[in-house]
Amino acid sequence: MIEDRTSEIALIHRAQAQSLKKEQIRQKLWVSLMWFFGLITVAILIMVVGYVLVQGGKAISWDFLSTAPKGGISGEGGISTTVATTFYLVGLTLLVATPLGVGAAVFLIEYAGEQSLSSKFLRSVISVANFAVETLAGIPSIIFGLFGYALFVSTLKFGFSLLSAALAGACLVLPTIIRTTEEALRAVPDDYRRGSLALGATKWQTLYRIVLPAGLPGIITGIILSVGRVISETAIFYVTLGGSYRLPTSIMDGGRTLALHLYYLAMDTRAFDKAMGTGAVLVVMIILINLLIDLVSRKLTAGVRKVR
Amino acid sequence: MSARMIADKTVKYILFASAIISIIIVLAIGFFIFRESIEAWSNIGVSEILMKTVWRPGQDQYGILAMIVGSVSVTFGAILLGVPLALGCAIFLAEIAPAGVQAVVRPAVQLLAGIPSVVYGLFGMVILVPLVRKLGVPGNSGYGLMAASIVLAVMILPTIASVAEDAIRAVPENYRHGSLALGATKWQTITKVVLPAGKSGILAGVILGVGRALGETMAMIMVIGNSVIMPQPLSGNPLSFFLSQARTLTGNIAVEINYATGVHESALFATGVVLFGLIMIVNASARWMIRGQKFVEKAN
Repeated sequence: MIEDRTSEIALIHRAQAQSLKKEQIRQKLWVSLMWFFGLITVAILIMVVGYVLVQGGKAISWDFLSTAPKGGISGEGGISTTVATTFYLVGLTLLVATPLGVGAAVFLIEYAGEQSLSSKFLRSVISVANFAVETLAGIPSIIFGLFGYALFVSTLKFGFSLLSAALAGACLVLPTIIRTTEEALRAVPDDYRRGSLALGATKWQTLYRIVLPAGLPGIITGIILSVGRVISETAIFYVTLGGSYRLPTSIMDGGRTLALHLYYLAMDTRAFDKAMGTGAVLVVMIILINLLIDLVSRKLTAGVRKVR
Repeated sequence: MSARMIADKTVKYILFASAIISIIIVLAIGFFIFRESIEAWSNIGVSEILMKTVWRPGQDQYGILAMIVGSVSVTFGAILLGVPLALGCAIFLAEIAPAGVQAVVRPAVQLLAGIPSVVYGLFGMVILVPLVRKLGVPGNSGYGLMAASIVLAVMILPTIASVAEDAIRAVPENYRHGSLALGATKWQTITKVVLPAGKSGILAGVILGVGRALGETMAMIMVIGNSVIMPQPLSGNPLSFFLSQARTLTGNIAVEINYATGVHESALFATGVVLFGLIMIVNASARWMIRGQKFVEKAN
């Protein structure tokens, strides 16, 4: 009887050990699959970036970077004017978007809890504004383009121009700037604000002298992110910027950014080598921007650590 | 009132004005796109636009059903390919990868998100389209749903992976400890405890990916072929559906808006209204899902 029991128990133990072993083998298989997924993502990146840089690198020369596109069926010439147009557009877009975005974030974070704002109306305005920012963040580039085309290009008669494109672009990057600034302001310790207010500073003085400087790295991150978006977005500018490869001489002139130039080269002229060269320049810019963001955000976390 | 108090008040109103600008922009986008599309809805007819598959602006035929099917098909293809990869990547980053490996994979995912859409499109044209063309099916040009789905899968991967990773990380550590203490393996803990607990956040990531996929424009124009036809299998094999060319709603707008006038232009805005509506629904459901995730955190 007793022997029966022990052999039964041994049997159960063996079965358990077996099922555990099975589970462990299953785990090994699945975990290796996850490793595979993680590494294949890196492989895809290396493949795309590597191919564009290597193939595009062949087309890049000082000539390519410093001469203007000449048009023509094989996309003759370089990319100089499109680089300049890209920088103009980046500057103009951020000139519009930065003050609006930072201002909005400051209001949404710093004034939302204020006594005088506790009226039901203002509180609901703030929650609607938050909802609007979220909505804007999800709207695709081409819809911003259609909007810019309808309002700035047609209704306000700005035509296909840097101005139209920059105004539409500002709407596109606004949520990015607002969100990153909000995050930066949230990270500023409340003691800073209380200390300043206790010294008799007004709310605005506190914001301007204490809170904004403390949140500056975060705000800069938002601006750099927006630079990246303006450089890489295409659809929105395809329908608002015109596409002339000449250098714009005023904000009412149209133009062509690097990304647009790549598109025209690939689709209209089938000049794939030059398109690849343009792509390589774009990818290098984006990599630099990512590195810069990394640097700034490292500075940000270092700053916060020092505060604590 | 002293000057600095007046400054304080003024600044407050200026900031308030910038805070409500997002509301104004959202309303203005809706208003202007809809206003420009009214001519099309009233002249052509709502059902004529939404239910007809023939788009021939020269003959005043403006059906966008083929484009709706095109957008949905390519999004479906991208989800099919991209979601397993993105979720695998998210699980890997959140639960499995050692810190050193994370420090390589995470920036890689970020960089994938930053690469311009035209660069993906160009890569698709130069590498993927010739590869797809090698499949020996009559009528296969290489351009079409398959090439577009692959490109799009890579483009939505970072969105899904990063939202899903956040969702997985938000699952409280206690859940894992409890499961491991009961004798479950690490993998059992991941599949039976962590993923179910984070599922609404993970799903939100997938839905946000759908939103991105529906809105992608330039890369799609470059690899999908842009013919306005109902996508259908090229041969007896139903999988050859994905070799069919197509046109997306976004592509329809971008390809034609620069030279369209009159009703044609208005019909393109109607296309925009449909796209806008679809994306609003998709994003609203993602937001709803994320709210579900917050519930899990509260339970902690």
